[in-house]
Amino acid sequence: MAGLLSLSNGESFKGKWHGKTSGIQGEIVFYTGMTGYEEVLTDPSYQGQIIVFSYPLIGQYGIQADHVQSGKIQAAGVVVAELYDGPVEKGAMTLSEFAENAQIPIISGVDTRSVIQTVREFGTMPAYMGPGFSVPAFWKPLKTDFFSNSMPEEDIRVIGNGDIHIGLIDLQYKSSILDELLKRNCKVSIIPHTLPTAKLDALQLDGLLFSNGPGDPAALTPLFPTYRDWAERYPTFGICLGHQVLASAFGAKTTKLAYGHRGANHPVINVETKRVSMSSQNHSYVVEDASIEETPLSVLYQNVNDGSIEGLKHPELPVLTVQFHPEAAPGPAEHLQLFDQFLSTIQQKKKVTIHA
Amino acid sequence: MPKNQDVKKVLVIGSGAIVIGQAAEFDYSGTQACLALKEEGIEVILVNNNPATIMTDKTVSDKVYFEPLTVDSVAAIIEKERPDGLLATVGGQTGLNLAMALSDSGVLSTYGVSLLGTNIKSIKQAEDREQFRSLMNVLHEPVPDSDIVYSTDSALAFAAQAGYPLIVRPAYTLGGFGGGIAQDEQTYLTLVTQGLSASPIHQCLVEKSIAGYKEIEYEVMRDANGTCITVCNMENMDPVGVHTGDSIVVAPSQTMTDREYHMLRTASINIIEALGIIGACNVQFALHPETSAYYLIEVNPRVSRSSALASKATGYPIAKIAAKLAIGYTLDELKNPVTGTTFASFEPALDYVVVKIPRWPFDQFQTANRKLGTQMKATGEVMAIERSMEAAFQKAIRSLDIPLDGFRLPALSDMADAELEKLAIEADDRRLFVLFELMIRGKSTEQLHEMTAISPYFLFVLNRIVEEWRKLQSETWNSMTHARLLQAKTLGFSDQQLAKLWSIPVSEVWGQRKSWSLLPAYRVIDTCAAEFRSQTNYLYSTWKGSSDARALNAKKVAVIGSGPIRIGQGIEFDYCCVHSVLALQKLGYEAVMINNNPETVSTDYEIADALYFEPLTAEDILNVLDFEGITQVIVQFGGQTSLNVAAQLEEAGITVLGSSADLLDQMEDRDRFYSFLESAGLPVIPSFTANKAAEVPDYAAKLGYPVLLRPSYVIGGKGMIVLHNEAELTQWLTHTAMEFPVLVDHFITGKEVEADILTDGEHVWVSAVFEHIEGTGVHSGDSISITPPVSLTAQAMEKLTATAEHIARSMKYTGLFNIQFVYEGDQLYVMEINPRASRTVPISSKATDVPLVQLATALMLGTPFNELGIEEQYNGQPQYTVKAPVFSHIKLPGLSPVLSPEMMSTGEVIGQSPDSAVAMQKALDGASQQLAALQGGGTVFITEASLAQIDPQFWKQHGFSFCTEASLPFEQWLKTADKKAYIDLTPDPGANQAAQAAIHRLHVWTRKETVMAFQEHVKAIHGSTKGVLVK
Repeated sequence: MAGLLSLSNGESFKGKWHGKTSGIQGEIVFYTGMTGYEEVLTDPSYQGQIIVFSYPLIGQYGIQADHVQSGKIQAAGVVVAELYDGPVEKGAMTLSEFAENAQIPIISGVDTRSVIQTVREFGTMPAYMGPGFSVPAFWKPLKTDFFSNSMPEEDIRVIGNGDIHIGLIDLQYKSSILDELLKRNCKVSIIPHTLPTAKLDALQLDGLLFSNGPGDPAALTPLFPTYRDWAERYPTFGICLGHQVLASAFGAKTTKLAYGHRGANHPVINVETKRVSMSSQNHSYVVEDASIEETPLSVLYQNVNDGSIEGLKHPELPVLTVQFHPEAAPGPAEHLQLFDQFLSTIQQKKKVTIHA
Repeated sequence: MPKNQDVKKVLVIGSGAIVIGQAAEFDYSGTQACLALKEEGIEVILVNNNPATIMTDKTVSDKVYFEPLTVDSVAAIIEKERPDGLLATVGGQTGLNLAMALSDSGVLSTYGVSLLGTNIKSIKQAEDREQFRSLMNVLHEPVPDSDIVYSTDSALAFAAQAGYPLIVRPAYTLGGFGGGIAQDEQTYLTLVTQGLSASPIHQCLVEKSIAGYKEIEYEVMRDANGTCITVCNMENMDPVGVHTGDSIVVAPSQTMTDREYHMLRTASINIIEALGIIGACNVQFALHPETSAYYLIEVNPRVSRSSALASKATGYPIAKIAAKLAIGYTLDELKNPVTGTTFASFEPALDYVVVKIPRWPFDQFQTANRKLGTQMKATGEVMAIERSMEAAFQKAIRSLDIPLDGFRLPALSDMADAELEKLAIEADDRRLFVLFELMIRGKSTEQLHEMTAISPYFLFVLNRIVEEWRKLQSETWNSMTHARLLQAKTLGFSDQQLAKLWSIPVSEVWGQRKSWSLLPAYRVIDTCAAEFRSQTNYLYSTWKGSSDARALNAKKVAVIGSGPIRIGQGIEFDYCCVHSVLALQKLGYEAVMINNNPETVSTDYEIADALYFEPLTAEDILNVLDFEGITQVIVQFGGQTSLNVAAQLEEAGITVLGSSADLLDQMEDRDRFYSFLESAGLPVIPSFTANKAAEVPDYAAKLGYPVLLRPSYVIGGKGMIVLHNEAELTQWLTHTAMEFPVLVDHFITGKEVEADILTDGEHVWVSAVFEHIEGTGVHSGDSISITPPVSLTAQAMEKLTATAEHIARSMKYTGLFNIQFVYEGDQLYVMEINPRASRTVPISSKATDVPLVQLATALMLGTPFNELGIEEQYNGQPQYTVKAPVFSHIKLPGLSPVLSPEMMSTGEVIGQSPDSAVAMQKALDGASQQLAALQGGGTVFITEASLAQIDPQFWKQHGFSFCTEASLPFEQWLKTADKKAYIDLTPDPGANQAAQAAIHRLHVWTRKETVMAFQEHVKAIHGSTKGVLVK
């Protein structure tokens, strides 16, 4: 069946429609990594977004249960040049089956390079994808707040039974972040992001990890003072939205990039060692450069291409935040050692506490 | 880190002659490196004796030494030039080995030369398998069970413990020469024996075979600050067991999950970090198809064939950036030249797929063993870019320029299923086509996967092509709609294939497509998948989507390239294409290059104003011309490949500059050619055209033996043979399938001479005249030659020049052409006129300082002859230049090294000196690098009947002794340690013994003239010790 991808600037692209019978709207974004569609589609940070893959062949290795980053496809829709429909490895599911089960539509056969060029020139924008040649009756405003409606306090889940007890502040985390902690022998408590401080303190945590998540960090503004308080009292690590939220908690401002960074090849430089490394990225918002002066934080990582802030640290406190994804999945794994660094800070602090 | 200011003068080592395993890719990387250093104000001294390279052009470095790539000669250059640094990582294994030898012998420390980039210790750690293994153990990087052996005994001990199958890899050999996979003890012992003798340090690695695993490569770069990037990864379609140079390779990887991709990427980075590489490095892995377990296969601490492929596949100029890193820059300081806005410290994102297919010489070498294994056999390769894998495959197949029917190899249709299945399992160069054929015959992808261990993904892709072909076959041309035809095009079907399917003229498909405006789109390679704007001129066609914008207003000319390197059509044509591009630019034109060879300089996107990576068929070319709005093309410089499309381009209304397609046909078609000679009043070699086999003996008898048989339109003397008597002829005709008509020529016994001629049809410049050392019956590409001639009288030279001028004026031709003459006594015959550039053009240009291709291009575009300034540029040939052929017999078991009219050499070197004997000595020294050293004498095996033709006294005086079958049987002689050469000067030498001698890296001489030339060489080197000049 034919399908159509329409952008709010008036451009539209033809393709072949797979899945749900009704159209959907979302924010159009593109991902430039050549592998990793399993992880991207299931990453909660992509909620509400229609993902265009720049790599033209998607689906060759199917979907494997242990690669997904959450229980389901999080993206609103998927746009590809060619959807592979051949045999996949034993035990894997094909991408089209996976999407069909999740009721997430795919549009294939699209001139994705042209779509990306449009997004690059005009920025991310509302988009609609639907069967036939249907077009949206009206443009819904883009959803930027994925938290305000989900405030009820949840149970604290505890996973693992290691020596170090980490509170993973759940801004809708990717499972690989949890996995990296578990691999390093941590006990992890999944902390609802609205948990009252008293309850948090009662857990006797050794450190906090603010997770990634979807949307605009400003949606969490009411919680910033609480988060600052936590970060000042616990060794803290922030990833992606977690980084933006912590920076904001310490007084920085965030803005939205024209079309974000989504890929597996974003070079970041550690301003202390001058080493450049590739990072996995997926974000629209960034911490504003100038606003760092208003905070106690200093820049640790910068993006080599556009100079934007990629990581911050606190001069005295054990607080480290990164805009990129050290847990990889998808993307380069060379920042995994940041998890080790975080945990060794905690271990040192524990030793000091014991000896004191 | 900024540039190291202490480095002001750098010696760059090139890779020398083209041999299998070390080819044009090092001209590309060497040229990039030299230009990158010059750009930084560094004085560049180059040593490379391969004349057919852009790298050795005067404009690329400050000074070129055409000297043998030996420790002695490079030490002498270092002593004279006193460079601050040595760059040895762009000259292949030759460069790296030479650098290690220069370091070991103390030359580098004596003259205070620092090795730039990766240091000696790291190189050794990567190259020496024992050191490498222990480092990998420290890093916990898995390497297959293996052992280093120096004897067959220790090899057998390992086999007893590890079990078969086993792989044998000799240390420090080009393209893995001498190795292989052994399923049993007998094969194993043969390989180990052969490997030990091939390895310069008599060392082999024997390892547990991991055949059947996926073979994956990463191209990695690292700077002095420890920043590492992987430029590209590549997946071999052929599982481990076939050398990567002989494998079909795609980029990026297709069947690896993100987790596997980054697992191997992380391993690559850990390895080059531990090795301390500064520059480029290639890492090869074997990945288990199901468990994700992996092994490290090999690390190459230098630019390589794979890095050239990766550069072309991604747009990231690895060699150029590696040269900058070698002089101190870091990746984040260097701009990404493609985008111009981002930096070199990033990893390219592709939004297309790339397919590389090797080009093998077995269409020509039918007797050679064409089985593929761990030792590389391909002479070249093609690359195709598309946005669908099927279309990329079909484009690559078209680019091979071999006689195919679409994706079908006609010879396979007659084979029995069992035979095809055997070929699918024991891969040879035809495996891709065997797979297609088996699919056509109904084999499922599952069955083929069982047989070959090729990933189901690739088989699925191939099968989709077959299925589409079947579907199209069941449809009719009249039923085609725009949408249906587009679908076929999207899967890569050419107009030619479609026309053939429906038995209609190709022009009808082309015409209908045009009327539907069904044309390909052109996309740029921008390294970033459109994430950033970029100013790039590197394009490919796709049938999906719309085009990236191109400026369409400049006056433009297209240069048609020569495609993959093959026997008889080598790097020299790439040299010519590049010069034509440079000339066009000087003349104020925008030069558009169309080619598909990923190894070469012409496909460096920084050379032409626009580069189109496309097959070189009329359809593919016309589509580009249409898109660019180009009406003028140059076909003179892409060898036979570009000439072959001239007529079709002309028919489509394109102006073929320099000559009409009809004239090209007149020169190539033997019948028409002989009439041309007659009409020009020139003597014609007696000949007949035979339309069927039965006519041949009659004609031969009339002409008198020996006779020369040849098809029209040949490359590299393909299919040409000299037959000495009726018995030989009968034998030949019964055992060989020839395509008729065939030309039967009286075979002239005499002296061959050739020259390249520059003309506008009125004025004529006869460039350097080359005298062939070997007499007639040896292909010009395989004979030693010298310019200016040493044995021609002034009168003979005058006659030759006058004939050349007369021909030029009779031809209606502008540009460059080549004439092959033969003297039979005083009688001068014209054997061939090649209406195109030739193999000698680069040498001729370098020997005379007259840039022939550039001037030819100027003439074609209307520059008056007298404004070319030839007289001012001509240097009067103050030196003798000797060209010596270089063969790759050690890579091609079974190929007879007996010189014949069919070309066999893969490359060439030159030697230059005002003294012809010295020039000869340098050339032969350079050409003998891979062979047994003649210093200090040794034994020579000679056939009894040849003894009378040589001067035994001379050889004895120089330390050689002779063996004949009577004194020491050949097989036993082969086992002796100081064997050096094999001589058989009979008219029809025994191919078998000669081939065996060749594979043992011995000199094989089958012509008296060759022996005489080597006699001069031996005289010159006699008494010189193979030592090093260290003071």
